[in-house]
Amino acid sequence: MSTNNDNENALAPDDVGDNAIEAKETEGLSQGKIVFRKFLRHKGAMISIGVFAFVALFAFSSVGFGPIPGWWIYNHTSSGQILNSGGAPTWSFSNFFTLGQHPFGQDDIGRDNFARVMKGTQISIIVMVIIGLVCLVIGTIVGALAGYYRGWIDSVLMRITDGFIILPVIVIGSILGKLVGGANGPLLGLALGAILWTGLARLVRGDFMSLREREFVDSARVAGASDFRIMFKHMLPNAMGVIIVNTTLVMSQAIVLEAALSYLGFGISPPGISLGQLISEYQTSFATRPWLFWWPGLFIIVIALCVNFIGDGLRDAFDPRMKTIPSWRKMKKAERMTQKKVANTTQKEEAK
Amino acid sequence: MTRFILRRLLSTALVLLVVTFVLYLLLNVALDFFWDLRSSTSPNIASLYESRRRLLDLDTPAIVRYFKWLAGVGGCVVGQCDFGVAWKSGQEVTSQLQGAIANTVKLITASTIVAIVLGIAVGMISAIRQYSGFDYFITFVSFLLYSLPVFWVAVLLKQYGAIEINNFINDPTLSSWVPIILVCLALGLFWMGALGGGRKRRLITFLAATVITFVTIYYILASGWLQQPSIGIVGVVVIGLGAAVVMTFLSTGLKNKRVLYATLAMAVIGALLYMPLQYLFYYQEMNWLWMFGLLIVTIGVAVGVGLAFRGPDPWDTVRTTFFTGLIIAVLIFADRVLQGWGDYSDQPAINNRPIATIGASTPNLEGDFWIANLDTFTHLLLPSIALILISFASYTRYTRGSMLEVMGQDYIRTARAKGLNERTVVMRHALRNALLPLASIIPVDIITMIGGAVITETIFGWNGMGKLFIDSMRQSELDPIMAYILITGLLAIIANLVADFLYAVLDPRIRVNA
Repeated sequence: MSTNNDNENALAPDDVGDNAIEAKETEGLSQGKIVFRKFLRHKGAMISIGVFAFVALFAFSSVGFGPIPGWWIYNHTSSGQILNSGGAPTWSFSNFFTLGQHPFGQDDIGRDNFARVMKGTQISIIVMVIIGLVCLVIGTIVGALAGYYRGWIDSVLMRITDGFIILPVIVIGSILGKLVGGANGPLLGLALGAILWTGLARLVRGDFMSLREREFVDSARVAGASDFRIMFKHMLPNAMGVIIVNTTLVMSQAIVLEAALSYLGFGISPPGISLGQLISEYQTSFATRPWLFWWPGLFIIVIALCVNFIGDGLRDAFDPRMKTIPSWRKMKKAERMTQKKVANTTQKEEAK
Repeated sequence: MTRFILRRLLSTALVLLVVTFVLYLLLNVALDFFWDLRSSTSPNIASLYESRRRLLDLDTPAIVRYFKWLAGVGGCVVGQCDFGVAWKSGQEVTSQLQGAIANTVKLITASTIVAIVLGIAVGMISAIRQYSGFDYFITFVSFLLYSLPVFWVAVLLKQYGAIEINNFINDPTLSSWVPIILVCLALGLFWMGALGGGRKRRLITFLAATVITFVTIYYILASGWLQQPSIGIVGVVVIGLGAAVVMTFLSTGLKNKRVLYATLAMAVIGALLYMPLQYLFYYQEMNWLWMFGLLIVTIGVAVGVGLAFRGPDPWDTVRTTFFTGLIIAVLIFADRVLQGWGDYSDQPAINNRPIATIGASTPNLEGDFWIANLDTFTHLLLPSIALILISFASYTRYTRGSMLEVMGQDYIRTARAKGLNERTVVMRHALRNALLPLASIIPVDIITMIGGAVITETIFGWNGMGKLFIDSMRQSELDPIMAYILITGLLAIIANLVADFLYAVLDPRIRVNA
């Protein structure tokens, strides 16, 4: 009995808190590994990565990409005979569950909606990734230069950033979209990337301004490192968190923006295809052929939601203030243990 | 301070000038000024091209044309604005702008206020109940709202918020009770999560919320309220008393009897004034000036009642009666507007389909001030919901984030340690400080909405700034686009300045060094 009690009492008061759990788990790990582990523990982000990978895999493999053919029998341009009345989806629960020829239905001239939605998803994902990459490059470079050099370089670069922020994104987006849009997805991505980088640049600038005052930058300079090397070899890894998180969030914003522009007619327009363009093309047929409207919208939401959650998970993982929250059960357990310990101590004192 | 403001204003104005210059040149490349002639087969096509070229002065280099445009705009300084002409419709841009700005302001006022109030309330509760089921639910919902394409939601709103509801009003037969019961259960769960507490209290909240929702919906359906909606004197009294209690609870706590009696007195005064006001509304033709006057009277009465009850902390009493008075005034106004519902629906222009899907008002509508207002509200309903859905999410996230940060501060622990109750800690110590960052976000957000309700306005056919921009883009009309860019940019500059200024005034930690 007494040994048992002693064991209980041997627990240091901190052991029951969440700090101790985390401290033990992160002992001897590099920063990157800690972040990665925290990210893996974020349920929402993990589920989102799974769903997003699934959607992307489906979109690229089903209708094929470039010259590579896909496994789906139809493609987004081939029109066929309309099977159900009005081209309604052919899946049914007869014989357990059958997909049929056109599981997402057909449009008024018999094109397969599944193939079209998949192709649109493909293009939308490509545009989103290109926007993300362009933002990453421009935002990081502008922010790094402005934050590191300060002075007139900073002023000029920040005034340029202001110029982009003055107007709503959708306004500059429509003008650029009208200029380069049409059927060309990647070009639209480049153009939209060139206006969405401003937020990232401001954040990177802020980070670099505080980093350049740190000792390791001084020592690198004393050791004779060039400005370029200090910026991209020494300082950049320290700003990685901000950059990755914000690029992800920009990408979630980007897919909705692309869809909106395509909907308004200033993004991708026929014969090009994207999720927003599909909704724009089919919006009048909502009353008669609702499936043409539902599916592209659902895919926009699923992709944007996934990217948002991944961004959220990354932000939590990179935030050093963010403690992993013990589950409700763990908290209760810790509470019970504390109570027991208190009870034991009082018992002992009374016995004395 | 003035130096700081002047410097900021000057530098951003310069930026705006450069932006307009670059965009003018870009637009000259992007827009196709001959789009309507491209497919024309008329024999004199060459001369049509030629006259278009002359009309738009396209033989002059774009740079020169920009400075001509700038000179016209610069005339605003001496009171002679010349924003140019929308060549397709032949309208003066200045006259186009006036209507557009008024319409946009009308559209965004209500939705911004509702979104801010709802967003702050929900974000605050979500932060207080961090990591609860309610918090996760709200986080998920706000992410979902971030991901929703507005144009997609708008089509759904038109179908289910207008067409189906109008059908239901005309033919109130319910196919199944299952969705309604599900809604009741969902609302019950929502209130349970929001109000929290122990197991027993949660159960009671859940049951009470579910039953109350169900009874309300049942009453609405069974009594045919949807066909003839009204609040009536009973509604004004009941909701007024409820508002008095809730406002007191939020502002000072129900233990403060003096304030409670003051707000209850406000509710009683509102109920007593109900009938006289009906006579006034009946015999006197109303307009917005009258409404404004009545609002002033309401505020005067509220402040008077507050001062009459006063107590050791008069400001608390006056503030609470003020907000209660506002709620009651809005109730009486809404009641009077709804009284016109029957006449409104029966009009041939409405044809018993009261909820509108497009435009800002019904053409050929006959009626007085109240009918016109009702018409505006039925048109505002759907676009406002669409706008609220977007901004609600961001306000919730902001409030939750800053609230969490504040709740972790030492002074909150101090407040708790000295024995203040939870309401005082949250409403007085935490919320006020948590709202500081919002002061710098809200002005920018409002201005962005003036220029940025582009998609919502386009879909709902609301002739505001956003629709003006999109229409001009489609018609390749350069001048309205440039006017839009200039005005939106100017407003953005002002909003940013106001935001910085507000923040500096409200938060003494921020120092402005010029």
